[in-house]
Amino acid sequence: MSATALPPTGTTARAARGGVRRRRLRIAPYLQAAPLVLTLLVFLVVPIVTIAVVSFWDYDAVRVIPDFVLTNYEELLGSAVTWKTYLNTLRYAALAWAITLPVGFAVAYFLAFHVRTVTWQMVLFLVCTVPFWTSNIIRMISWIPFLGRNGLLNRALIDLGVVDHPLEFLLFSDFSVVLAFVHLYTLFMVVPIFNAMMRIDRALIEAARDAGANGQQILWNVILPLTKPGIAIGSIFVVTLVMGDFITVRLMSGGQSASVGLMIANEISLLHYPAAAANAVVLLVLVMMMVVAMLRIVDIRKEL
Amino acid sequence: MRTGQRRGASFYILGAFFALFVLFLYGPTVTIAVLSFQGPEGGLTFPMNGVSTHWFANLFEKQAVGDFGGSFRRSLALGFIVMSLTVLISVTAGFAFRRGFIGSTALFYLTVSSLVIPSILVSLGIGLLFTILELEPAWYSSALGAHLTWTLPFGLLIVFAIFNRFDKSFEEAARDLGATPWQTVRHVVLPILLPSIIGVALFGFTLSYDEFARSLMTAGSDNTLPLEIYGMTTNVTTPVLYALGTLTTVFSFLVIGLGLGGVFLLRRLRGQG
Repeated sequence: MSATALPPTGTTARAARGGVRRRRLRIAPYLQAAPLVLTLLVFLVVPIVTIAVVSFWDYDAVRVIPDFVLTNYEELLGSAVTWKTYLNTLRYAALAWAITLPVGFAVAYFLAFHVRTVTWQMVLFLVCTVPFWTSNIIRMISWIPFLGRNGLLNRALIDLGVVDHPLEFLLFSDFSVVLAFVHLYTLFMVVPIFNAMMRIDRALIEAARDAGANGQQILWNVILPLTKPGIAIGSIFVVTLVMGDFITVRLMSGGQSASVGLMIANEISLLHYPAAAANAVVLLVLVMMMVVAMLRIVDIRKEL
Repeated sequence: MRTGQRRGASFYILGAFFALFVLFLYGPTVTIAVLSFQGPEGGLTFPMNGVSTHWFANLFEKQAVGDFGGSFRRSLALGFIVMSLTVLISVTAGFAFRRGFIGSTALFYLTVSSLVIPSILVSLGIGLLFTILELEPAWYSSALGAHLTWTLPFGLLIVFAIFNRFDKSFEEAARDLGATPWQTVRHVVLPILLPSIIGVALFGFTLSYDEFARSLMTAGSDNTLPLEIYGMTTNVTTPVLYALGTLTTVFSFLVIGLGLGGVFLLRRLRGQG
């Protein structure tokens, strides 16, 4: 871990310098942080506050009426559909997490401990991260010729004699939704876990081996505990991305399944903004509770 | 592990697993790349019905796919604006965090929360805000802001990572040799930061260029490319969809290659210097 933590060091040296200079140095950080603060205030804080305010407004078929009513929340929480949708979204998040974690761990472990040269580590690491910089929608569409009724997988299975008619559940089903989540988000698991593994002092592993630990014990008692912060960060990414998703569920389930994000998107398209806002507030509270729970395991500022 | 030269069985098992993972990552993309060369009579799945560039040509006929050219130009322009602002804002903020200021922890957590707040909420919030203020949402205003809430946290985290590994003695040395603060930044700090700045730029451009959810309610009446592609998925049933997917993916690969190439080139030049 780096010695220079974020709170500045060297203040004593700076304090020794003259008064004028010191004052200028004090104002400078505020000016430097100002663009970030302004951007986040205008495009994150104010919009979220707006959502919270609008969630108490009233609406009818054609317009939104400023008011203070609780009907949006009452209708939302009183509906069985809401609960089913939230449960379904949580199920997606749990499934995506349960698959991306071991896959991401195995991939990161291979890169960190089995690839011997730094150059190859970098190359293979980039191979894993490049898809992150390409379009998610196109990566989802790419599954259609693969999983469809006449897709590659079904044809291969029929040719091999495994099944006699095409499997219908491969596309536009929960299976394809979860598959797409794994496809899109595993690298959010790989990157932080790899990062954590690369910081493990290799001498610790040798010490464990000298002390008589076998491979499994080293993995379980040395590497896994030291990788926990990376696992926590990866889990936060995967869980929050799945919880807020609507496009993957819409495209990959072919309209068969529901998620909270999709529910909000539908309310938006019907111009039921206060209903969408109330739903958004509930989702935000839920996601934040999940994040806080996962943050108990890790102090992110120490991990950079 | 460097202990012992012989590869154990676990190396081969994990290596095979890794290879499968890479196949899983890239296989579908390769599949649609092949299918986009489908013959004029071909459909959305195999078999290939001849080989042609028909669907690429089809892409450039206006009636076939909405306003592909216009949305591409808008996404490109937006990507460049987001990239520049992301670099500028996250690097300056990085300097601020380095010196420390009151409220830095709060700002850090606010920035990180921007990553975990679902995109659709950012989209909805900005959309509502613009509606209430009776402003017309557009790709260069509301969508720009929405994209920044996604790219800035990545930018800042990268800048943090580099500043944390940054040897302060370089700056001290520059100062001791009589450099002004600006000269120190210009001739010492920025050159050291340059490879990571390219990294920040790469994130800024590509994340904006491909962003869908945050553009949904913020792009206004003129679509960006991902919105256009999404629109196509619901009403286009020919391989022209794959042709567009292949083209934008090739474009992304070019940008990524340019960015990573720049980083490696700089590293190599530094190594020799």
